Amino acid sequence: MEGNEAVAEGAIAGGCRAFFGYPITPQSQIPEYMSWRMPQVGGIYLQAESEVAAINMVYGAAAAGARVMTSSSSPGISLMQEGLSYMLGAEITGVVVDIARGGPGLGNIGAAQSDYWITTRGAGHGDGSTLVLAPYSVQELHDITAESFELSERFRLPVTVLGDAYLGQMREPCLLRPVGDAPLARQLGWTVGGGLEGRDRHIVNSLWTNLEVMEQMNLRMADRLARAKAELTRWEEYGAPEPEIVLCAYGIMARVCETVVDWCLERGIAAKLFRPISLVPFPDQAIRSLAGRAKHCLVVELSLGQFIEDIRLSVQGLCPVSHYGRTGGVVCTPEDVLDHVVEILGR
Amino acid sequence: MRGEPIYECPEALTDTPLRYCPGCTHGIAHRLVAETIDQLGVRDRTVAVASVGCSVYAYEYFNTDSVQAAHGRAPAVATGIKRVRPDAVVFTYQGDGDLAAIGLGEVLQAATRAENITVIFINNGVFGMTRGQMAPTTLLGQKTTTTPAGRTVAEAGFPLDVCRILDQIDGVAYLSRETAIDPKHVMRAQKAVRKAFQAQLDGLGFSLVEILSTCPHCWHMSPIEALEHVRTEVIARYPLKVFRDPYAEKPSADSGATRTE
Repeated sequence: MEGNEAVAEGAIAGGCRAFFGYPITPQSQIPEYMSWRMPQVGGIYLQAESEVAAINMVYGAAAAGARVMTSSSSPGISLMQEGLSYMLGAEITGVVVDIARGGPGLGNIGAAQSDYWITTRGAGHGDGSTLVLAPYSVQELHDITAESFELSERFRLPVTVLGDAYLGQMREPCLLRPVGDAPLARQLGWTVGGGLEGRDRHIVNSLWTNLEVMEQMNLRMADRLARAKAELTRWEEYGAPEPEIVLCAYGIMARVCETVVDWCLERGIAAKLFRPISLVPFPDQAIRSLAGRAKHCLVVELSLGQFIEDIRLSVQGLCPVSHYGRTGGVVCTPEDVLDHVVEILGR
Repeated sequence: MRGEPIYECPEALTDTPLRYCPGCTHGIAHRLVAETIDQLGVRDRTVAVASVGCSVYAYEYFNTDSVQAAHGRAPAVATGIKRVRPDAVVFTYQGDGDLAAIGLGEVLQAATRAENITVIFINNGVFGMTRGQMAPTTLLGQKTTTTPAGRTVAEAGFPLDVCRILDQIDGVAYLSRETAIDPKHVMRAQKAVRKAFQAQLDGLGFSLVEILSTCPHCWHMSPIEALEHVRTEVIARYPLKVFRDPYAEKPSADSGATRTE
């Protein structure tokens, strides 16, 4: 199954019954798939007139109690920032999938990881962040997308699933989760439109003109992010138990670095892959612990240096942190990464 | 001796004091919408979508479930609500800065989709909350804080007539331009609002009522002068008209006719 299709089936398995989308390569297969699949499961599909409209439809549908998703790619994600900020401010749920491509600007349709900052450093203006999860296989795209809806509701935060052009368009075996019955919309303690009988009216709103009330709202969101840090922080390690060098990579570059670690071990180099799965919350303690025992951290990413900032902040100088990245849709090969490892270690 | 009350606050309005300036007809428009909701008996399933601008606090005034939308995005937000809650009665309440400027795309596309929602469009020709900058609907020659010498075609183009644009869109079920400058027009406007909501209840598609409103503060007029300005100047540029009415008794003869005032 293709990664984009696995995302769509994952959403359906996760109870998503409303999808608002807009075509953009390399993720157009998601709205295409949803356009025929959603009616089959009693859901609704709507092609919005823009990414701006799509995310605001998500906002409305989430406010009305739907498990709802949109998907896009880098330039479209830029346009969705406005709506995401409102969703954060209004404390509502929803899932956004970013199958990222090269940029800035219109860029290209190659795989890139240069959306790290736009997805992890908040969502639009204001003082908050969505949860950000970064799968590295078709199976994980499926599973993480499915789970995102429950996570979004548990923490009352939108969830961003961050993939890239390679992940979205590659084909791998995928064990699909069962699709159960799910309602178009549910009435939760804060949702609108489910009928006013027996309850107070609900207001979904992000306007807080009282400064202290606004601050309290932001602090409430910070508390939920802190709770997510305790409950949701995820990463994987692969390779030597006591590494001399730690390769730090997520998403598609973690796939490449798994190969590099295998090659290193064959050469007698104690290498380990550190792969964050949750980018927000970031597994800072895990990489700090590894860095305290290693000689070097090599950050490998498809950007000129975004992910490395979180590694540096986490490592806090316990060992040198260096960077190898390609940009603009060019992908680092295992050979390139191995060369950097050899150069760093001097052998 | 006390008799039966002949005038009460609609149930669909809260008792929150309105923040609107003296002489602004937002308050009348709120009441028209609230009375309609009461008359149709749909308050328990109505969702108001408040916008940005002077009407941003609509969620505090309408005694219904409410969502506050980003500037111009109310029709998209309403679409999301309506699609997953088809039984809900969903309306947006938007000013001209919101709907005719940043939000023109959203309202046109919602109309094109025949989205089964109702839009209440308050047109006072300026960005009121931000103290009176030019809006797309600002009249030629009208002085605003960003057209200090008066709006000219050379600098800012022509005033935008939203209803004339919408009148070309197949998905529009009900469309009318009204005002609230005197009791006669208020009563006409109420009929229009009622029909717009009825069109949604009947699943006929997109409905919109434009209400030519006043902004005495930004217009630098007294409330009386502002009402007269609408009567003499604004209506001349934006004639009152029922553009589309699926409930008209004689659709061929009257519904498309411009009323002469």
